[in-house]
Amino acid sequence: MTEPTRTTDLTPPTDAEIRRRQKGRAIIMAVLLAAFVILVYAITIAKMSINR
Amino acid sequence: MNTTTLDQTYPADWRDFLALTKPRVMSLVVFTGLCGMLAAGVPVNPVIGFTAILCIALGAGAAAALNMWFEADLDAKMKRTAKRPIPAGRMDRQAALHFGVGLSFFSVILMELAVNRVAAAVLAVSILFYVLVYTVWLKRRTPQNIVIGGAAGAFPPVIGWAAATGHITLLPVLLFLLIFLWTPPHFWALSLFVRSDYAAAGVPMLPVVSGARVTRQQILLYSVPMAAAAVAPWPLGLAGAFYGITAAAFSLVFLGIAVRVLLNKASEPAEMKPEKQLFAFSILYLFAVFGALVIDRIWLT
Repeated sequence: MTEPTRTTDLTPPTDAEIRRRQKGRAIIMAVLLAAFVILVYAITIAKMSINR
Repeated sequence: MNTTTLDQTYPADWRDFLALTKPRVMSLVVFTGLCGMLAAGVPVNPVIGFTAILCIALGAGAAAALNMWFEADLDAKMKRTAKRPIPAGRMDRQAALHFGVGLSFFSVILMELAVNRVAAAVLAVSILFYVLVYTVWLKRRTPQNIVIGGAAGAFPPVIGWAAATGHITLLPVLLFLLIFLWTPPHFWALSLFVRSDYAAAGVPMLPVVSGARVTRQQILLYSVPMAAAAVAPWPLGLAGAFYGITAAAFSLVFLGIAVRVLLNKASEPAEMKPEKQLFAFSILYLFAVFGALVIDRIWLT
């Protein structure tokens, strides 16, 4: 997990940088939510086949 | 704390949240959890099995995040940990707390809903144990901190077993004991040759408080019952000869290196070859013993 490029930044935050980070987090969140929906669907199917 | 206010106006990067979960520690947790589940020897629905392992990994990640939330001041003082997201000023402490608490609840609730209550209960206990008993209560107070902390790392095979069977029997308890007794020699071997870093942060690690000689004695002292716990499933009829002989052979090598550590008088890290050997071998040891158990229980008995 070494990220030498992301060092502590001492310049004032710019709107562009804040938007870039928010965008990155929003994309990750969307991917995780989609994965979770698929997981819950798969668990539901699995539970139904176990209880049959 | 040494974070600048300017940085905190930036939302933390998602990679820093990932770093909070200590992904490398997670791999050992996932491995032992998976072995516990497979060693149970009962058929597990692949989706449910995957979810159980996912919950174990998320729970371990949550505990790691809460550990970093609480220990940001310590981490800032040690070279090895100073680049973590909070001490490096890339993340607000509050964000780590919310992330850790949220992930803890998520992993336990998902385990309860998708797998079973026993697995969810043990997962909850293991997170609380690591965060409250180890991180908050004991780590800064006693040189036996790592012994207690080892218990938190010993839960995954028990959770895996409980996920597969819905209950806990003698074998998962022995696996718990094995990791519990394995952790002190494993970690003390490391702390012998990185001692200065802990001393700088004021963590009462055994070599700092009691010196190298006592640490080397304690390493051997824990290795003997560890070897006994590793071999025990064989005479108890819980595993076959393949497992028994593998565990005995690896335990003998472990004990052999532990004796060499005891006989080593060096105080300079450069001369601590047996200590470095023991640390490296201890990782191989855990993988070999757990791997042998799974092979033995699935294909041989």
